[in-house]
Amino acid sequence: MKKLLWFAIAAFAITAQDARISIVGSGRPKMGIPDFRGSGEAQAFMGAFNQTLWDDVKGAGLFDMVAKTSYPTFVPQQPSDFQTPAAPSQTGGGGRSMSDWSGPPAQLNYLAFGFTAAQNGVLVLSGWLYDLSQNAANRQVLGKRYLGTVDEAGARKVAHEFAADIIALFGGKTTFGTHIYFASSRTGHKEILAMDPDGKNQRQITHFNSISAFPSVSPDGSKIAFTSWAKVVPGIFVFSVDPVRDLRFYNQNASVNGTPSFTPDGKQVVYMSSAGGHCCRIFIASLDGTGLRPISSSSAIDTEPKINPKTGSDIVFVSGRSGPQQIYKMNMDGADVDRLTPGNGEASNPSWHPEGQKIAFAWTQGYATGNFNIFIMDVATRAYVQLTHGEGRNENPSWAPDGVHICFMSTRGGRKQIWSMLADGTQPQQLTTQGVNESPVWGK
Amino acid sequence: MFSKRKFTVIWMTILLALFAAGCKKKVPPPPPPPPPKPEVVETPKPPPPAPVVAQFTAEPTSIQRGQSSTLRWEVSGDVAGISISEGVGTVQRTGTQRVSPSDSATYTLTATGPGGATTASATVNVSAPPPPPPPPEAKVTVTLVERLTSDLQDAYYDYDKSDIRSDARDVLTRDAAALKIILNDFPTAVIVLEGHCDERGSAEYNLGLGDRRASSAKEFLQQLGVPADRLKTISYGKERPQCTEQNESCWQKNRRGHFAPGQ
Repeated sequence: MKKLLWFAIAAFAITAQDARISIVGSGRPKMGIPDFRGSGEAQAFMGAFNQTLWDDVKGAGLFDMVAKTSYPTFVPQQPSDFQTPAAPSQTGGGGRSMSDWSGPPAQLNYLAFGFTAAQNGVLVLSGWLYDLSQNAANRQVLGKRYLGTVDEAGARKVAHEFAADIIALFGGKTTFGTHIYFASSRTGHKEILAMDPDGKNQRQITHFNSISAFPSVSPDGSKIAFTSWAKVVPGIFVFSVDPVRDLRFYNQNASVNGTPSFTPDGKQVVYMSSAGGHCCRIFIASLDGTGLRPISSSSAIDTEPKINPKTGSDIVFVSGRSGPQQIYKMNMDGADVDRLTPGNGEASNPSWHPEGQKIAFAWTQGYATGNFNIFIMDVATRAYVQLTHGEGRNENPSWAPDGVHICFMSTRGGRKQIWSMLADGTQPQQLTTQGVNESPVWGK
Repeated sequence: MFSKRKFTVIWMTILLALFAAGCKKKVPPPPPPPPPKPEVVETPKPPPPAPVVAQFTAEPTSIQRGQSSTLRWEVSGDVAGISISEGVGTVQRTGTQRVSPSDSATYTLTATGPGGATTASATVNVSAPPPPPPPPEAKVTVTLVERLTSDLQDAYYDYDKSDIRSDARDVLTRDAAALKIILNDFPTAVIVLEGHCDERGSAEYNLGLGDRRASSAKEFLQQLGVPADRLKTISYGKERPQCTEQNESCWQKNRRGHFAPGQ
């Protein structure tokens, strides 16, 4: 358990410290997850199950995932499959002994194993996690049953839940159950869509047949706000997501109202507006659009306001007030304006880490105009780290609620698609393939 | 030829009639009628015979609308007046009249005299003419969109700028003159000035930049007398590029102010 505690501390370091100094590579525990088998009807869904379990545990970014090809040939499905103590005749890589897994070539620290079965119309997963450094009495750190429907969705659900429990043991948080909202023109019009963090369950939220873009999600995950040309001029819409319903945001008379995001209490939105003459100042209003007032007062373009989710007292935003667009910070009353980015290149798309100490953003520094990459900046010290390195354009980073993952848009595969990665830039994973997809935001 | 033959027939008829009259003279006159008996009470004089309509025809009897038919008539007997209906009016004993009714019509000839009135009628049937051939060149209706496309030019901008360049100044000056004419020709139309951007800045920032481009163009046009209430602005940011290549000539095409019909 000492070792587990150490890993928990190391995992915490990922969330609390700058990604640059987070643990990567050799420091991470070696995890083995052989393919689980299913009996009866459950068998048909084991492909989806094994893929989901592997991707989730790997996606947590806490483990060194050891390739399945290096595993012993015999895969235990339940604790009784292990021989304890190992019979001398049985050692030698067969898989019935724990040392077959902890020794070369696999050299695992942890082994997840189990099986599924369809029982009385219910998919039952029995899953275990063993700490291979411990003796027989202490090696089981997790042993649990999970229930789901006997179909692919049920198989994915139990895999997500088992993975979440494994990740939680190491101080991590699963992204399972969170949602990513994004804009997609796959229908021929740009609409707002939602999906699970692994790219599954993609579903259309808006049906405006217009241009709808720049979604943001409320802190509790129940609402989204976005910009749409559905009523001719760009305006703000606030929708509940389950069920999908237009909550009817009142737009003040202006040629542009856009890029809304929520206050930490979820009761107001901040946004850009050309009301009062020029585009654009930062405004704040209630969720129905009433009680509005301007916050910023420059004569330049101010856009993309994002309130610190932890303090609720300062806003980062993008402005062209000193030349090319840069990221600024100000108080909720518009005072104490401070530029965060040094002024070179163009900077945009600030997204607060859930703890409110750093932001992810897009910046062209070091690249041609328009060639954005994802960076993270510690707001207090202005120290920054670069996560992507010129593989296409990389924009609109958004932190997952776990503070460990970031989703973003990248053209590295050709067209604009939504990707996720760890906050240290590793484990990039493409989440969308259909049509052009952009401006993702990750919410509960 | 036809009429000559007809005349011959007529002359023959007349000669025959004269011959017949001449022969008649050789017949001894009939004895005078017996005098009326005096004891008989005086009876009213028998009325004179009513006029006789010897002929009333329409030739031809069927025409297409726009063509004409000839009415021909001949009235004999004691006649005080002859008239034909359907607006032909009073006529002589004999005559012809060309008529071109627009719809089928029945002409009634009424001959009145001391002996009473006699009527005769002739009908002209009118059928619709075949549809006229299409006019050689149909008159083209020019739509507002076509006028905007043909008469107005886009104004172009520098990267990350919304002020009016000198080339855009010339373009917008011509546009202002054309716009006034168009707005006059389409008195209810509202024109939208769209602001567009190239793909390089962030989409969110370009939402603002497109608005500033459209606004500065509108302001310029207003100063040249284009009515402000007929011009609206919409920023499309970089959502609707003209051109999707990644080079300066393409980017320049996308940094534009564009005119479209309002909704």
